[in-house]
Amino acid sequence: MWRKLFVLVLAHGFALGSLLAQHSYTPADVEDGGRLFRTNCTNCHGPNGDAIPTIDLGRGRFRQVYSDTDLVRIIRNGIPGTPMPANNFDEFRATTIVAYLRSMAADEARPGALAGDATRGKALFAGKGECFTCHRVKGTGSRSGPDLTEIGAMRRGTELERAMLDPDAEVLAGNRAFRAVATDGTEIIGTLLNQDAFSVQLLDSKDRLRYLQKSDLREQGYVAKSPMPAYRDKFNAQELADVVSYLSNLKGLDLP
Amino acid sequence: MITRALFLFVLSALAVQAEVTSERLLGARQEPQNWLTYSGDYNGQRHSPLSAITPENAKNLELQWVFQARSLEKFEATPLVVDGIMYTVQAPNDIVAIDAVTGRVFWIYQYRPSPAARPCCGRVNRGVAILGDTLYMATIDAHLIAIDTKNGGLIWNIPVASPEAGYALTVSPLVIKDKVVVGTAGGEYGIRGFIAAYDAKTGKEAWRFYTIPGPGEPGHETWPADSDAWKHGGASIWTTGSYDPETNLTYWGIGNPGPDWNGDVRLGDNLYSDSVVALDADTGKLKWHYQFTPHDDFDYDSTQVPVLADMEWKGRMRKVMMFANRNGFFYVLDRTNGQFLLGKPFVEVTWASGIDETGRPVKIAGTAPTRDGVLVYPGVQGGTNWYSPSYSPRTGLFYIPTWANYSTVFIKTPVKYEEGKSFTGGMPRSTVPSLRAAQVNNRKEEEGYGAVRAVDPKTGERKWEFKMSDVTDGGILTTASDVLFSGGRDGYFFALDARTGALLWKANVGGPIASGPMTFAVDGRQYVSVSAGSALFTYAVRK
Repeated sequence: MWRKLFVLVLAHGFALGSLLAQHSYTPADVEDGGRLFRTNCTNCHGPNGDAIPTIDLGRGRFRQVYSDTDLVRIIRNGIPGTPMPANNFDEFRATTIVAYLRSMAADEARPGALAGDATRGKALFAGKGECFTCHRVKGTGSRSGPDLTEIGAMRRGTELERAMLDPDAEVLAGNRAFRAVATDGTEIIGTLLNQDAFSVQLLDSKDRLRYLQKSDLREQGYVAKSPMPAYRDKFNAQELADVVSYLSNLKGLDLP
Repeated sequence: MITRALFLFVLSALAVQAEVTSERLLGARQEPQNWLTYSGDYNGQRHSPLSAITPENAKNLELQWVFQARSLEKFEATPLVVDGIMYTVQAPNDIVAIDAVTGRVFWIYQYRPSPAARPCCGRVNRGVAILGDTLYMATIDAHLIAIDTKNGGLIWNIPVASPEAGYALTVSPLVIKDKVVVGTAGGEYGIRGFIAAYDAKTGKEAWRFYTIPGPGEPGHETWPADSDAWKHGGASIWTTGSYDPETNLTYWGIGNPGPDWNGDVRLGDNLYSDSVVALDADTGKLKWHYQFTPHDDFDYDSTQVPVLADMEWKGRMRKVMMFANRNGFFYVLDRTNGQFLLGKPFVEVTWASGIDETGRPVKIAGTAPTRDGVLVYPGVQGGTNWYSPSYSPRTGLFYIPTWANYSTVFIKTPVKYEEGKSFTGGMPRSTVPSLRAAQVNNRKEEEGYGAVRAVDPKTGERKWEFKMSDVTDGGILTTASDVLFSGGRDGYFFALDARTGALLWKANVGGPIASGPMTFAVDGRQYVSVSAGSALFTYAVRK
């Protein structure tokens, strides 16, 4: 009985060990690790992992050189004498977070990546990009698309770039456009905020909060495609990098 | 004259506050004004003979009173009502005695669970049981306690299992004769589940049935030989069973094998996980078992209420058990011997193609969880779960709180047992929040929705469906006037016509319903109660 258990534990140990030793992380490892990172780590480290001075997790810069095994230990046990706490992750989950950190660093270090200029990006956002037509930043612009005031605290640069190049790739449930047609033919388009068996709650295209009875609607449903245009042809690579830089710096209101 | 009449009325009101004997529990439906057990009767039907609320007057239901719990936990308890007094549980483990007509609180018994308590899925409780002048409550730190119905005083308090090892009790106990029957939760912590009966007077253990057979017992061979897997294999209990006095058998649905999503360490069928067991109520001896999901990889607990009825089955009367299982199939069994009679999916099912004539599911290859994840219907919370179904002998329909269009990507991860630590071996991923309802819902229907589905138990065919927008953790109550009550995460409590599913009435209760509705009467007036969010609501037809 004990021999079998020993073999079992050893097998699991080997599985984890080889995962670490060979850095053979799968896309699923990275995805799971990203989810854990966003839930547990971004409060202190920020979405790019660079919110703590001298540490830039997203670029693989730590206070000293750490192996993957070191990082797993730190994630689980914390660093005594620092604000880095111990966490209740098992070894496997901690390993997926390391997989995500390594993947972030690989993303950031990809060849040909351009440095962006946030000031130029801000001008492009307001001007050529016409982004305020749908988006709002610090009280300016439309509410029909997502408010971007804190987007830099929630999303990494590569994710923002992907959203601009391919807006249909991922639309969060709270950002889906919704279309309803009343029994008298009136069309209402907006963002679906909430719904139940009998009603829907929308922010319509005229910034009005609307309560609609489903029994008063002839048609209702999500709009299949994202209303956001793809910026692949509208911005060149440098402009894209500039806007991403601007968005990455949007980390909330400038509170006194 | 008036004084004398008043005196007689008061006397009669007091006179009916009699002890709840085991005979009264056996004849619970002969006193329809009361709700004496978790499901209203031993048969688990959650069907009331009361009929004053009708499809015609249900539109005139109005709120009578609200009890606001001092708890932010889910309010999962079904109250009992005994002769005008309601007893319920404010999570995690405070018993509250309430005047059932006015909502005024008589007393609250406050229990402080040990800090070692670690229930997997909320610090919840599903209600109390009663015998004589004593209430029985199972606690999240795995104790069973007895409380005086009159003043909330503690009568006894016994440890059932070790909370440090992950055992917890959330079930509403079932009193049978002079015993109190409970089972242990903890299927996500590597426990070895059991059902046990305790002497109602003293709390002394009368019998214990381990839901995983030990070495030398039949069924032990369904766990790996020369391994400790059976000691940590879960098979928990967290929903109240039913009881048939004619056969003296008590029936309990048993939870998932552990670790939940990594079956590699527990090869075999893993009895009696995901089974229903029939136990002799006096001795706890196993009479028969039926396993719904052999070697479960999806956390398909069979902790649903076994619903008992006598019905004509292919030309002759049979004593059947109806069971809408978390694995997506609706079953009918012969409850005298466990014979499989029918098994039909009531939601989309992709892990099995059907049930063969022996009653064993035909599993579809390639659906077991992997490191990269496998999409399976129904999702991890199942086609249904612990939410009470209802059976109406009048309509002949079985009503299932349903999660429709609901799937999960099941991911397997390495796992090893450490006492008291999570022991699941996976990370299920779904678009629908599993345990806590979100306060807003902007999902598409194809991402999962809740429904009341009415099924003909003789064929397994769906007769009608009432769609909600969000999924549902709400149980179902039916009455002898063909009114069905339920609700869900949408935050509505509603009444439907049990024959057609037509909406009769609804009330916005401002929070998700995660409990089974119940009904009672005082002085001839029918009431219906349900908990939602962190409050308990009671309605009656406008006078």
